[in-house]
Amino acid sequence: MSTDAEIQTRLIVGFEIHVQLATKTKLFCGCALGFGETPNSALCPVCMGLPGALPVLNRQAYDYSVLTGLALDCEIAEFTKWDRKSYYYPDLPKNYQTSQYDLPLASNGHFEIETKSGTRRIGILRAHLEEDAGKNLHDVPGCSLIDLNRAGTPLLEIVTQPEIHDPEEAYTFCTELQKLVTYLGVTHGIMQKGQMRFEPNINVAITTGGTEYRTPISEVKNLNSFRSVRSAIEYEFHRQVHDWKSDNGYLIKERPNENRGWDDDKGVTVFQRSKEGADDYRYFPDPDLVPVTVTQDWVNEVRLSLPELPAARIKRLTTDLKLTTEDAAAIVANRATADLFEAAIEAGGPATTLMKQYLNVWAKLANDQDASIAGLGVGHEAMASLAAMTEKGVVNATAANKIAEALIGSDKSPETLAEEMGLIAVLDEDQTEKWIDEAFAENADAVKDAVSSPKKAKKAAGFLRGQVMRISGGKANPKITGDLIEARLAELASEG
Amino acid sequence: MSVLTVRETASAIRGGSVTARSVVENALGVMEREDGRLRAMVCVRGDEALLAADAVDERVKRGDPVGALVGVPVVVKDNICTSGVATTCSSAILRDFVPPYDAHVVERLRAADAILLGKTNLDEFAMGSSTENSATSVTLNPWDELRVPGGSSGGSAVAVAAGMAPVALGSDTGGSIRQPAAFCGTVGLKPTYGRVSRYGLVAFGSSLDQIGPLTRTVEDAAIVLGAISGYDERDSTSADRAVPDYAAGLDRPMKGLRIGVPPECFGEGLSDTVRHSVEAALDVYRGEGAEIVEVHLPHLSYAVACYYVVATAEASSNLARYDGVHYGHRAADPEDIIDLYSRTREEGFGDEVKRRIMLGTYVLSSGYYDAYYLKALKVRALIRRDFEEAFSRVDVIASPVTPTTAFALGEKTDDPLAMYLADIYTISANLAGTCAISLPCGFDGGGGSDGGGGSGGVGLPIGLQLIGSWFEEEALLAAAHGYQLLTDHHERWPSDAA
Repeated sequence: MSTDAEIQTRLIVGFEIHVQLATKTKLFCGCALGFGETPNSALCPVCMGLPGALPVLNRQAYDYSVLTGLALDCEIAEFTKWDRKSYYYPDLPKNYQTSQYDLPLASNGHFEIETKSGTRRIGILRAHLEEDAGKNLHDVPGCSLIDLNRAGTPLLEIVTQPEIHDPEEAYTFCTELQKLVTYLGVTHGIMQKGQMRFEPNINVAITTGGTEYRTPISEVKNLNSFRSVRSAIEYEFHRQVHDWKSDNGYLIKERPNENRGWDDDKGVTVFQRSKEGADDYRYFPDPDLVPVTVTQDWVNEVRLSLPELPAARIKRLTTDLKLTTEDAAAIVANRATADLFEAAIEAGGPATTLMKQYLNVWAKLANDQDASIAGLGVGHEAMASLAAMTEKGVVNATAANKIAEALIGSDKSPETLAEEMGLIAVLDEDQTEKWIDEAFAENADAVKDAVSSPKKAKKAAGFLRGQVMRISGGKANPKITGDLIEARLAELASEG
Repeated sequence: MSVLTVRETASAIRGGSVTARSVVENALGVMEREDGRLRAMVCVRGDEALLAADAVDERVKRGDPVGALVGVPVVVKDNICTSGVATTCSSAILRDFVPPYDAHVVERLRAADAILLGKTNLDEFAMGSSTENSATSVTLNPWDELRVPGGSSGGSAVAVAAGMAPVALGSDTGGSIRQPAAFCGTVGLKPTYGRVSRYGLVAFGSSLDQIGPLTRTVEDAAIVLGAISGYDERDSTSADRAVPDYAAGLDRPMKGLRIGVPPECFGEGLSDTVRHSVEAALDVYRGEGAEIVEVHLPHLSYAVACYYVVATAEASSNLARYDGVHYGHRAADPEDIIDLYSRTREEGFGDEVKRRIMLGTYVLSSGYYDAYYLKALKVRALIRRDFEEAFSRVDVIASPVTPTTAFALGEKTDDPLAMYLADIYTISANLAGTCAISLPCGFDGGGGSDGGGGSGGVGLPIGLQLIGSWFEEEALLAAAHGYQLLTDHHERWPSDAA
């Protein structure tokens, strides 16, 4: 037995990730993707596996997969085929799954993530397309029900190299990958809805006395949050090291690999089944589908739709517009929102003010409506104008908030709305002086404090400015008002 | 017998000299009279057929445009889906299965104004060569009711041979149209793979299956092929190629036609009567100026073995869906899901289907895949190459359809291998994907090819097989049609035999 002092451990993690593609229809039939619909409502003879029905490939699913492959710097296969993977399960209507076995559509790529120890490049072994199964429902006692709405939904399975060595790194990899694929628009990527399923394969290399031992690999299922991915990996690392310490025969060469489930409440993984006696899926080429020959033209066409990727875009925004990395990342988190932002800049919106309004005004409104900023439906020109008006003082910040809210669902310009709502700031000094007269007359005590008490001067001046804003109904320009109040108080002080 | 051909029927109805109703009534009458004994039909939809016939007559009367098969009674093999009409595959596992949709070919038949009379019997899931593997009934050969009609499209062949309908659709995976056509004295055409959409054909061997017509004349086969073929976007293996007017292209001179004869198809196991009839048919061609050329199909001897690996592998997967969960037969009171699966399939499938599922599962299993399935695919490629080579030199290849005429009921049911060898000359066209046709070329004189039994009179029909190159149905049909213009074997009826 080794003691702790003598052993070195290295965590080894690779991922299998299922990405549910956001195509309009299923992978091999014309049914709409039926997630969340009434059970068994989005079905046809093909996805029900009725006798005589035949599959036809959904070109959009293939394009999305190629796009993802390109974004992961993969080689795109010129020739792929479809294979049947046979196993019996009630939610699998044909009792085989149509998948890609030995010729995946993409392979040999990589994905870079930023970690505490710098940039890490994680290898992508392969990515292939396959159909999802339906769902077994066990809610009704005494029987099992089957909902086939999900059957035939396109899944892109991405397999990484086992090159992740830290739970935090795994967390970053998963979150960044999710951002990438949602940014590409190939999936909605909502983990709670099962639109992305991460399955880590975990084991540990233990070195002692100059010899390396490896624990059996466990594949953890049912992870429906990034946090649980990290926790499960941490747990497995400790469990495997512990199991090896209590039994040195706990080794990959001597014990079967296993599937484990994640119990989020208890924070533990639970043994599901041993992979001893490998399953025989009897893969063979699906004779109902023709092989896919991907021409260079096809790849190029997809490549044209490949956008600037998030990492590069964040870098550009920080360099060109002097945004902080955090701000730029917040904007790039949603591609349409980032596109809108850049269009507003292009339309003459001042970057700093626009950025401020994005984070303080628009983000808040979007949050209230449970939408993205782009989802608010406000155009880039309106956003640019509002930012410019704010920067010039044509409207003040409070007014800008009101105008922004009014812009949602309106086809009027911010200028029109500002006028209609009476929110155009009054830059005229005579009018401002009249409001100041009124405020000074109503608040003699504050004026006195401002003039005579240096301690209270600043606070009193601010109070007076607020009163002017109130009296003006928000139309006074805060800067002009402040300047005039300051001048007036200085005058009173010198007179005093 | 006074049953009109497809061409005669459609033209008479279109011209108003007969009504579709009278044609359909006549066909139903023949069924009524004959099918109690012959058992070709799995189900007959007489009332619906008469309603459809009346609708057609109405349209003819009004002068509305009508389709190429106007008023023609058709029967369809019961492994081809018909909306609202049970499609059983002659299997207990699908006894009550009613598809919610029509197969592509059925849509095409309806669009051409044909009248669907009912569904025909088959070997369960099209697996067999005698129609004895049917959970519905055993179909008898109308030429000799002690003999099999062939299979698996035995019901379709008998329906046409006995005059119940001028055309039947069958499916051909290894000879299942051509072999029963030969045994029953009809024409049977297996089109090129991809010529006719498989959408709605219950799959047996997906890379081999093809739907085709059984008719009395080659001309009728051409007319029906024209109606049912063409691209269907619902079948990925369907060919996106124009459909020629097959019926218009039938009249070609025989002179200069190059007919390849592979000695491999005339060797051991071929009965003398069949050999003589096929050779006599070649003489007819020769007499018309056709050129008879020896060609070689060196890998033919591996075809049966190759076929029974490829077809069973695909079948084991295609039939996995019949599990009692979603539709079809379900075992009563299952203990658990495994019990549900195993008893449903045990009760629902017949012996031959089980045999092929086990064979196919075995050849796809890990550790055996390379030795069986992969090797079979390589052999298949070689067989295809043999045909490419041959078709670079000839227009069609001639051979017998079967080694013997129809064998006795029960003769081969206990000897699967002997049954499989009944398809030895037909299987290679499916493996290569080419088109092929079977047409009557003689009778065995009543002795029976096995020398026993027989009905006296003309005896049992003998089939000539012509194999055409890929998508060269026009040339194939023209060659076959030319033979029928010079001979009258196809004009004989079973009643003549008595």
